[in-house]
Amino acid sequence: MKTRKLLALLLLLGLLSAALCGCGGGSTGETAESKPTDGSTPGTEAPGDPQGAADHPNEITVGIAQDLDESLDPHKAVAAGTKEVMFNVFEGLMKPTPDGDLIPAVAEKYEISDDQLTYSFTIRDGIQFHNGDPVTGADVLWSIRRCMPGGEADIQAVEALSAIQEAEYKENTVTLTLDQPNTEFLSYLTLAILPQGYDGQDTAPVGTGPFQFVSRAAQDNIVLERFDDYWGEPAYLEKVTLKIIENADSILMSLQSGAVDLFAHLTSTQVQQLGDAFNIEEGTMNLVQAMYLNNAAAPFDDVRVRQALCYAVDRQQILDLAFDGYGSLIGSSMYPAFGKYFDDSLTNYYPHDAEKAKALLAEAGYPDGFSMTITVPSNYQPHIDTAQVIVEQLKEVGVTAEILPVTWESWLNDTYIGRQFQATVVGVDASTMTARALLERFTSTASNNFINYNSPLYDSLFVKATSSGGDEAQTAFYKEMEADLTKNAANVYIQDLADLVAVRKGLEGVRFYPIYVLDLAGVRYTA
Amino acid sequence: MKYLLKRVLTLLVTMLTVSFLTFAAFSLISGDTATAMLGTAATPERLAALRAELGLDRPLLVRYGEWLLGFFTGDLGVSTSYKQPVWDILASKFRLTLCLSLMSFILIAAVSIPLGLWSAGRRRFEGARTALNQLGMAVPPFFTGILLSWVFGVGLKWFMPGQFPDAKQDFAGAAAYLFFAAVALSIPRIAMTARMLRSTVQEELGKDYVRTAISRGNDRGQVLRRHVLKNALPPVVTFLAQTMAEIVAGSIVVEQVFVIPGLGQMLVSSISNRDYPVVQAIVVILALWVVMAGTAADLINQRIDPRLRLGGAA
Repeated sequence: MKTRKLLALLLLLGLLSAALCGCGGGSTGETAESKPTDGSTPGTEAPGDPQGAADHPNEITVGIAQDLDESLDPHKAVAAGTKEVMFNVFEGLMKPTPDGDLIPAVAEKYEISDDQLTYSFTIRDGIQFHNGDPVTGADVLWSIRRCMPGGEADIQAVEALSAIQEAEYKENTVTLTLDQPNTEFLSYLTLAILPQGYDGQDTAPVGTGPFQFVSRAAQDNIVLERFDDYWGEPAYLEKVTLKIIENADSILMSLQSGAVDLFAHLTSTQVQQLGDAFNIEEGTMNLVQAMYLNNAAAPFDDVRVRQALCYAVDRQQILDLAFDGYGSLIGSSMYPAFGKYFDDSLTNYYPHDAEKAKALLAEAGYPDGFSMTITVPSNYQPHIDTAQVIVEQLKEVGVTAEILPVTWESWLNDTYIGRQFQATVVGVDASTMTARALLERFTSTASNNFINYNSPLYDSLFVKATSSGGDEAQTAFYKEMEADLTKNAANVYIQDLADLVAVRKGLEGVRFYPIYVLDLAGVRYTA
Repeated sequence: MKYLLKRVLTLLVTMLTVSFLTFAAFSLISGDTATAMLGTAATPERLAALRAELGLDRPLLVRYGEWLLGFFTGDLGVSTSYKQPVWDILASKFRLTLCLSLMSFILIAAVSIPLGLWSAGRRRFEGARTALNQLGMAVPPFFTGILLSWVFGVGLKWFMPGQFPDAKQDFAGAAAYLFFAAVALSIPRIAMTARMLRSTVQEELGKDYVRTAISRGNDRGQVLRRHVLKNALPPVVTFLAQTMAEIVAGSIVVEQVFVIPGLGQMLVSSISNRDYPVVQAIVVILALWVVMAGTAADLINQRIDPRLRLGGAA
């Protein structure tokens, strides 16, 4: 008798869970619908008819390995992964092109005075935010002022904007006056223009880009829709769902099952397993991958030791062993996609030479080598693979290196901010499309100079570069700075990693930029 | 009544302890909400300013007290990473994980109990059965998950790995998707439960009352079901309650493999984001879960075995 009761209980449990499943599913739909109303956004509308949208052919699902788990306000967002996606939603007065040039976006045109101190921008006629409001001079000025240093703590201040002495607008013309000429100034004006007085940016962002934000479900997906009132060439796709898939095996299965149409930043191993349903586009990650050395910590405070490591590491072998040959070698804190700023003559400044490395070590007082620790954030497999190859290569010259895998958080806290490390393998990116974004951090007083690089020549070159009026002179100074980093062996420079993007056959139009973005506006179904 | 009171008290104490320990653990590990928010843009000055803004510079106990006050007034706070109310983020994930866990629990109970009974009465192919059982216990759910996804997802296309269907539009699809995840999650537990039941049943079978019952002419199967099972079940039910708690831990991995937007992935990511309002909420949910599973096991055992009843409660 009792067993029958037990059976009944089990049955009840089954029914209960079935009912709950119904609820569970229902609620996922609910959150997608209720989300925009939460943020009380006038512009972003809930996906009106989910069934209609599901049947529509003109949409794709893009896989991303990292969630956009922070504020979506472009002035607050920190993670490269967030900026990469939100590039499609926001625009500045200017916007970058795949070639590395800048073109007017929110501005229709601009004029620079002869003394290079006054910039006047004409706001594009009829341009709208995603919520339907027109873009005004007040919005532009507010957006720029919001990012000037000394503002709120969670806003990412743009140091270069402190050069603005006066800022004003009249009708649809915004005028900015600088205290000294700065040829790079325009590239900082790619900073997103947002509607003033709208307080939902954190969760329901509103910009002027080709795609508008629809919804975000934590650790699940982000939905973007084409902005039909876009001022420029509209996006081809009507809807893009960005699906968060962190597990490496699941990434492969999602591509092969047809759940995901496009996935960027794949490893060469993943690409080889993909089969022929996909085209593989190859770009660059736009990172300076290096074994960064703490220039203030023994034994790396001796330039000869740093140079010895540069000679000891065989970078081509790293590419061959850990990256199936993909990637482009670099010799300083600059990668090839930067075009005119990249100095290829530095790439092979330290050819692999174990004998020379040993001689330098002996000269520096380490004839028998030494022991060192390489700190590596353990969530980045490419960096771990690289470090492993380096460890083997350093054995040849008598240096015993040990890898210390740490979480990203403790890397940030102890290595990057605390500067408590000997060597670390990571990739450093550029926040804007300027040489300054990569090079300023190594000036001796920069707060993000985590390697404690200290070269008076470098500092003086940086002052010259930022104050020189002409583009050519400036470029020359930046190249001298790169050479200074190389000659002093500031770090063991390795490569700019290859960016392998899997695109389902039948889709085309992936565009690569010299900065870390995923431009979806050009992606389309081939006719 | 007394029993109920005792249980509620246990629940409260567990939740307080667990939530405080979680809170305290956050101040021990490297990095806090401010460093997580600022990332590589962090400078000592900005960190200090942001900490002041978020109130992180106040003593631990004050912050915990504040959280506790919010919790008891039904306010779980706002996620520091997503800037959304915690419950808005967690509600759908909670239901999904609950579904997945219940589904695999039912699978475990429904498969392992008959399997254990069946295997207890038989001595044939014992070696093979033990080997199979060992294999079932040893293969980790993530591996089974990948295997199932390849075979039934990519190969046979019974479901589409990476595309969890909206249950509102496609209930069968969502249920099927969850089913495969539940299978991956259940297999080791099924093997363990079946093995446990088998050994307790065999132990009971050797006892005098069974011999007496059978020698008096009772049917062997009937003895097994009516008398032996009743005595063999309590330890298994307790074990199943533990399983219920452990399934949730296992679901973290399985959710990742099957790309199911449940609590597991959320817990992992909110820990690394130092998003303590979310972590606290999930931890409390899990504590509640564990305590409830234990209570359920107690109640069921008391039904099965009257000797376990306390003062006529339940």
